[in-house]
Amino acid sequence: MRHIISVLVENHFGVLSRVAGLFSGRGYNIESLSVGVTDDPKYSIMTIVTHGDDKIVEQIIKQLRKLINTIRVRDVTQVEHIEREMMLVKVHASPKYRAEIFGIVNTFRGKIIDLTSESLVIEITGTKDKNKAFIDVLEVYGIIEVVRTGSVAIARGSKSTTEFTKQDIKNQEE
Amino acid sequence: MSRTGAEALVECLKKQKVDVVFGYPGGVLLGIYDTLFDADILHVLPRHEQGGVHAADGYARATGKVGVCFGTSGPGATNLVTGIANAYMDSVPLVAFTGQVPTALIGGDAFQEADIIGITRPIVKHSYLVQNVDDLPKIINEAFYIASTGRPGPVVIDLPKDVVASKTKAKCNGEINLPGYNPTYEGHPLQIKKLLKELSEAKKPVIYAGGGVIISGATDELVKLSEQLSIPVVNSFLGLGGFPSAHENYVGWLGMHGNYASNMAMTETDFILAIGTRFSDRSTGRLDGFAPNAKIAHIDIDPASISKIVKIDIPIVGDCKKVLNQINQYIDKFNWDKNREQRKSWIKQIKVWNTERPFSYKKSDKVIKPQFVVEEICRLTDGEAIIATEVGQNQMWAGQFYKFKHPRQFISSGGLGTMGFGFPAAIGAKLGRPDKQVFDIAGDGSFLMNMQEICTAVQYRVGVKVAILNNKFLGMIRQWQHLFFNKRYSYSCLECQPDFIKLAEAYGCVGLRAEKPSEVADVISESLKIDDKPVLMDFRVDREENVYPMVAAGAALNEMIFGE
Ligand SMILES: Cc1ncc(C[n+]2csc(CCOP(=O)(O)OP(=O)(O)O)c2C)c(N)n1
Ligand SMILES: [Mg+2]
Repeated sequence: MRHIISVLVENHFGVLSRVAGLFSGRGYNIESLSVGVTDDPKYSIMTIVTHGDDKIVEQIIKQLRKLINTIRVRDVTQVEHIEREMMLVKVHASPKYRAEIFGIVNTFRGKIIDLTSESLVIEITGTKDKNKAFIDVLEVYGIIEVVRTGSVAIARGSKSTTEFTKQDIKNQEE
Repeated sequence: MSRTGAEALVECLKKQKVDVVFGYPGGVLLGIYDTLFDADILHVLPRHEQGGVHAADGYARATGKVGVCFGTSGPGATNLVTGIANAYMDSVPLVAFTGQVPTALIGGDAFQEADIIGITRPIVKHSYLVQNVDDLPKIINEAFYIASTGRPGPVVIDLPKDVVASKTKAKCNGEINLPGYNPTYEGHPLQIKKLLKELSEAKKPVIYAGGGVIISGATDELVKLSEQLSIPVVNSFLGLGGFPSAHENYVGWLGMHGNYASNMAMTETDFILAIGTRFSDRSTGRLDGFAPNAKIAHIDIDPASISKIVKIDIPIVGDCKKVLNQINQYIDKFNWDKNREQRKSWIKQIKVWNTERPFSYKKSDKVIKPQFVVEEICRLTDGEAIIATEVGQNQMWAGQFYKFKHPRQFISSGGLGTMGFGFPAAIGAKLGRPDKQVFDIAGDGSFLMNMQEICTAVQYRVGVKVAILNNKFLGMIRQWQHLFFNKRYSYSCLECQPDFIKLAEAYGCVGLRAEKPSEVADVISESLKIDDKPVLMDFRVDREENVYPMVAAGAALNEMIFGE
């Protein structure tokens, strides 16, 4: 099963390597990891996409909570949430095909952000599925490069994604 | 008041009531060493940083206090790595200070630069690179707090040379700021009631008690629970001493070289109350054969230890002592008469197993049996000594034949299985508990791995006794080759070894040897008279003796191999 885990961490030296190292050291799978500071510059949120059965994901969460610099850890896939990923796609686009590609980009609500006589760079944001569909459609024109941010996710509703404290979640489990 | 980082460091150590540190100097540590020179703290100079960190570990295990060690940048720090990993695996509170090259040089492959924070990341509870001297007091406070609370473990503090040389006014006032670190101490009352309810239904209950009982000082509470409800107690290897072995409810220890009754009880039980233990593979044997009919409750302060290996039915996160107290308070609210008869016959069954197959060996009056040496040490110290061990057969025989009475009496590298641990750990233990007799029950192979520490013991007049069960083999390796590789003893024979008596003399301490069973007691008694220097005892034991019973790798606990 695919899980998205949100980790609120203190912005301290080496936190990223502790989290990433936990995954490699314990053999957990990592699909993507993205980090950015929160509204409070003392903290960052890491969004980690991972795969594993319930037992493994439970261990991943517990091990993440065990790190001294993690404040909160939440399996976002357990709540109603929104997931997005941004991609920059560079594609061959000779003048002959440009109009066609513009059409596709519009349909997917992407943006052209660079243009040369031979190529285009498109910025597109969406769920994993949408982004995959977009790449599939562009494939025939010749994709030069795809760069993606990895997923970020946020809970729906008025509670913050990581609002559940370690204590709350422990109580829930019990 | 402004003073250097080095002075602030020593001040903070005093605040933490540190009375002994184990350290080895080097270029970047010179400032700190200059301060330590006048400090009212015993600084012990090991002869290798690995010896220093293991000594700090042994000191911590024997006293329950935080062990402290120092190593210089680069090789000094990397020499600490095994000891840090060892403390991590066995949940030992340790603060390891490492020197680091000046901040401006970090990352440039400077002389004696090593990324020790990176190297130790997976084997520490936490670590700090001190970038600003004003943070140093707070970091030291946090490090001691983290190392000694919750599930204890090692913390590394990396100290760049320029940082400890700079001046700071920051106070050692106990400040900590750890918003993400809040260990749970009290057990959840609903879970505790659920546990007692299920326990009262059980017909064949057993308590499986690990090192957590010792760490949290929960022995009295455990004894009380076991007595009140007549529940048999099985220890894990690191749990030895956490429950008095002479107690009538004591079953033994489980696992690869545990006793028959424990392994049978763990297989047949219908309810396990696991306390402060982590279901290591050496303890559980093959998992699908582990306690197949049992409901399992697990008390542990580390939530990640619960359901990590074996699915737990009733998890209770909390400190063993606190939770056991809570349990003991609720006992009267439940009806314990339900399965009285079945429980009686369960206890009887365990007694039968224990009389049928206790730990045993073929006695001899011609050749010294290694088990006999351990029995004699136990007899002559009245079961009161602190026993450190090396790794291998010596370690298993120490666990099997020394009858432990108290917590913190048994000091052994359980999780990492570090050869060379026992001797320096024994030195640390003796420094922490000078009132006790301290033995290192050693293998000849393991002892050679850190024997340079004889010099340390001589210098600081540490009266540790090293009982080498000398089989001229890497005995445990040879045993596996005997059992599983057609007796092809590939590189496990130690035909060349020093004359341990002359070695002792060369270092200025006492060497004793026993070649016949009749000499064993005399040698041990002789050693017990000496308390101001180490004693090396060379017991020439039966070379090809094996440790039994044995649960081979991949076997279930009840599938034990026995000797002839
Ligand atoms: C540092 C280290 N290297 C290798 C091993 C693997 N090992 C486990 S037991 C053992 C043999 C130990 O020999 P000795 O100390 O003589 O003890 P004995 O088994 O003979 O009592 C070895 C090599 C280990 N545990 N630790
Ligand atoms: Mg040996």
